[in-house]
Amino acid sequence: MEANLRLHQDLAEQAAGEGATLCVFPELSLTGYLLKDLVPEVSMTLEDPRLQPLLDLSRRIDLVVGMVVRSDDFRHYNAAVYLSGGEVRHVHRKIYLPTYGMFDEQRYFAAGDRVRGFDAGGVATGILVCEDMWHLSSAYLLFVQGVSLIICPSVSPGRGVLADAERERGLGSADSWNDLCRTVAQFSVSYVAYCNRTGYEDGVYFGGGSGVFGPDGGAVAKAAGTEVKHGEALPQGDEVIYADIDVREVERQRQMTPLLRDEKVDFTLRELERVWDERTSGPY
Amino acid sequence: MSAPPAPTEPAAAEPLDSGELAINLPLVHSILTGFIRNETGRVGFSRVVLGLSGGVDSALVAALAVHALGAEKVTGVSMPYRLSNPQSLQDATLVAQRLGMAQEVVDITPQIDAYFERFSDAGDARRGNKMARERMTILYDVSARDNALVLGTSNKTELLLGYGTIFGDMASALNPIGDLYKSQVWQLAAHVDLPAEVVGKAPSADLWQGQSDEQELGFAYAQVDRLLYHAFDRRMSRAELAEQGHDDAFVDSVLRRVRVNQYKRRPPIIAKLSTRTIDRDFRYPRDWGV
Repeated sequence: MEANLRLHQDLAEQAAGEGATLCVFPELSLTGYLLKDLVPEVSMTLEDPRLQPLLDLSRRIDLVVGMVVRSDDFRHYNAAVYLSGGEVRHVHRKIYLPTYGMFDEQRYFAAGDRVRGFDAGGVATGILVCEDMWHLSSAYLLFVQGVSLIICPSVSPGRGVLADAERERGLGSADSWNDLCRTVAQFSVSYVAYCNRTGYEDGVYFGGGSGVFGPDGGAVAKAAGTEVKHGEALPQGDEVIYADIDVREVERQRQMTPLLRDEKVDFTLRELERVWDERTSGPY
Repeated sequence: MSAPPAPTEPAAAEPLDSGELAINLPLVHSILTGFIRNETGRVGFSRVVLGLSGGVDSALVAALAVHALGAEKVTGVSMPYRLSNPQSLQDATLVAQRLGMAQEVVDITPQIDAYFERFSDAGDARRGNKMARERMTILYDVSARDNALVLGTSNKTELLLGYGTIFGDMASALNPIGDLYKSQVWQLAAHVDLPAEVVGKAPSADLWQGQSDEQELGFAYAQVDRLLYHAFDRRMSRAELAEQGHDDAFVDSVLRRVRVNQYKRRPPIIAKLSTRTIDRDFRYPRDWGV
């Protein structure tokens, strides 16, 4: 964790030096992902003094950091923490903990239970961690709260290497993320900042492919690995990418495509209640 | 943290195979060379050693290791027995020369024959297993001598079918090709420019002269790979497997083979007594502490 902390400092300094006002790190960036029984050992409260260097740094540049957050009653959350002005401004505790295939998160983590927008330096922002993004409802909840920016830190293992003659694209998982982020950006008419790690843990390759997508779904910035074409090398090391988040662009897009204006939250709520009643009304 | 250098990619992308098991070759090459580089460097090693038999699996692993670490970091050990096909050693040498890596030859005849002089009734299976384990001990001796990690060369087809010797050729520190079916090994081997005669020859465990994998197994790799892919990667039901044209008796025998060999793919089973038993409820990443 000390080495990871230094890496955060170095990369955030670099970003601040380039004039960035916010620097996003991947899911569980302070600890690594395949923790298993190490979860309680790397878990810390938000008052932990080891966070102080990052809090100090957040006076110069806002940070989204992935860590295991311990609650006072000893639950451990897979969390993304927003640091700004020397304080913790927001915490998103991952809601959907994948426990299937190669994933085993529910064995180790407690699940979060809220998706809240917050003010990030004048930009209405929300955070979803990795699997949260795959549940339509999570992005929908941020959408109806009117956020202009959805930040999605992730640790997506690279998998799916079958040749795809039609699309001539690369890693299946990277393609999926690219499509998902684009789509969420379009549906919510907001920016999506997706940050995925690279490198290997226990033989598992993580495919990078971070990107920032504009409120029209177009890519504003892309790291290596977003779309690995046939014959291209995969990202193996760290990369910092930069994008401008322009709220006026969100405003313009929402004039042209007024999805949020027309969204019928009351209707959705009624229908959800009806579906829920029907699903739970059976005799057994 | 500085990024490790990007892997050297073969110059041109190959046309995509239209088969179901066709893989994106440059992509797989890139992941596997990165895997070798990362997993050796992480544990403080820079060298690797592998058994170089003259077959396509070990040739492919050697090529990946050379691309990942550089030829000077890779040693291939060829370990013929007096009944091995002499062509195998020639092919192994050809591979080593093509890749520019070191090759050592250790004839295992003296120790194998000395042992079986005392147990002359032993059949082919015992002899084959003994040879595979003899080769394993030599690789681990070179590992200690050179401070080199042992690379495994078992492919996914062999691992699923249990067509290997537990604690013999199945033993290694890292296995770059264990998630590739034999048909995919051939695709990647052709892509990384190995000698055509090595990629093209009939696969053989070469435990005795004239042995052929496909004869011994009783089916072609292409046939069984397609079945394994459908049954395990795609999780098709028996009915769906039949719809795909897989013969019922063939499905039975292959699935049974996969089941009964499960033990070879797992660490030894530990009798549970405490509340934290290794590998059951004592779970740490393999990278723990490095």
